[in-house]
Amino acid sequence: MKKNKKKDPRFKIAEKEAWIGIGLVLFNFIWWFGFAYGMGSEPVENYQFILGLPEWFFYSCVVGFVVMVILVIIVVKFFFKDVPFDEEKEGGTPKQ
Amino acid sequence: MNWQVITPLIIFLVLIFIVGFWASKQMNKSNSFLQEYFLGGRELGGFILAMTMMATYGSASSFIGGPGVAYTQGLGWVLLAMSQVVTGYFVLMVLGKKFAITARKYQAITLIDFLKERYKSKWVVLLSAFSIIIFLFSAMAAQWVGGARLIESLTGLSYSSALFIFAISVMVYVIIGGFRAVALTDAVQGVIMFIGTLILLVAVIIAGGGIPNIINDLIAENPNLISPYGFDRGLTPLYVSSFWVLVGVGVVGLPQVTVRAMSYKNSKAMHRAIIIGTIVVGFIMLGMHLIGVFARPILPGIEVGDKVMPLIALEVLPPWLAGVVLAAPMAAIMSTVDSLLLLVSSAVVKDVYINYIKPDAEENTIKKMSFGVTTILGILVFLMALSPPDLIIWLNLFSFGGLEAAFIWPVVLGLYWGKGNKFGAISSMVIGIGSYIIFHLYYPNLFGMHTVVLPVILSLISFIIVSILTSNKIKEEADLQY
Repeated sequence: MKKNKKKDPRFKIAEKEAWIGIGLVLFNFIWWFGFAYGMGSEPVENYQFILGLPEWFFYSCVVGFVVMVILVIIVVKFFFKDVPFDEEKEGGTPKQ
Repeated sequence: MNWQVITPLIIFLVLIFIVGFWASKQMNKSNSFLQEYFLGGRELGGFILAMTMMATYGSASSFIGGPGVAYTQGLGWVLLAMSQVVTGYFVLMVLGKKFAITARKYQAITLIDFLKERYKSKWVVLLSAFSIIIFLFSAMAAQWVGGARLIESLTGLSYSSALFIFAISVMVYVIIGGFRAVALTDAVQGVIMFIGTLILLVAVIIAGGGIPNIINDLIAENPNLISPYGFDRGLTPLYVSSFWVLVGVGVVGLPQVTVRAMSYKNSKAMHRAIIIGTIVVGFIMLGMHLIGVFARPILPGIEVGDKVMPLIALEVLPPWLAGVVLAAPMAAIMSTVDSLLLLVSSAVVKDVYINYIKPDAEENTIKKMSFGVTTILGILVFLMALSPPDLIIWLNLFSFGGLEAAFIWPVVLGLYWGKGNKFGAISSMVIGIGSYIIFHLYYPNLFGMHTVVLPVILSLISFIIVSILTSNKIKEEADLQY
């Protein structure tokens, strides 16, 4: 990506947020995979249970989901910026 | 016929019609027919945006096929389904504000409008329109089959009359209301899906005597049902993980989802939609698939996976409440179908007809064309669904994978990579779709991964290599600022 002096500041924000999205997916995947196969690969007789569910499932799917919701809320509230969509700022090349 | 079950369903259909008519009133006030009919005037708020994305994406496979497979496979399939939580935030974060701003700048109404302005190539447009029409058409047929089967199993009507009722209900509000009606009814349907999932999950747990009891029954039957490996230990970690591409991040390439990422009002709406979407998608996927697994000890021995959902609802709920809950899969199917119908019709009217056949068509002609094409498409799908293929979920996933392999890189890299050009986009679409079809037919699940993974990788490689090799042939730079 080459530097453009007149780059629209809104696009910088958008790019940062896209990277945050990719980061969240990576974290989500590691959590999901780690608990599922870390704990679930033992023989079923050795499973521990939480609220009746096997431990691997509880952490990977139930807690994992709650953790992702909390992370998404934090990220959106504190790192995402409001930008206007319509008006053309300097540097934009209006079409038509 | 069981009127106690059918009455809530009829009330649901009437409610949907009312929303459709209300939306069509809104449409008359607007001045640009195309923008309004196919994009709802770019005015969606956060809640509606989240619901319409979830409802469009969550289809017969999430509510009928998925729980049916979970019934057979056990908790391993719920694990697989949870890869879909990603769709709740990933699509909007990655396409994000840049896509919304650019779509406005280009005055794009369809995904193909965006690709047309970005790559300035007739072949990109025709290829995209072609793949949308072919793949989404087969996805639609699969969904219609699901809808008709559901009505059939609830009412005892014959399959063809059930299909007829379903087809009429969908077409009426798509034709009169356009995108706004579709998005609004999606929101109503999304709420119904959420509540339906909640009620049914609680009822199933009570009927099974509590979660510990259900899990013990499952262990007694087959301990593998509560392992992450599936009932015959056939679900490998690699195979399950590869669904992160198909139903997780790859969803970014689905045109019916992408078009929603340019329909919202402002960045506040997008922020809200990300939060609401993550919660709703995660809850529904977890709930619906758990219901499938928990249904097993309560109703053992169901042979046809697609019948698990309707049967368990009728088993554990009083009839009228079963009717309310079964409106949820109905809603899921209708909300997917209506979006697909509208999208295919926009590909025909906006992307092919107006771009290449009659660019100076008058507003009135366009209007008539849009209604006409939507009707004809509806009738064609109806005819196709009359003699239906058997497994809904796989037919549906087939078109998913093909579209993802075709669109993911031209959209994402088109947005963020300045050197990407039309040659790269064309090669990546051809290689993506071509290799998907070849792998699907001759080498399904190569290397133990879902078929979609390799075509997505191959189309990425060809996009990058071809774009770099041809970079001297492109004189003008894309005006997107990278």
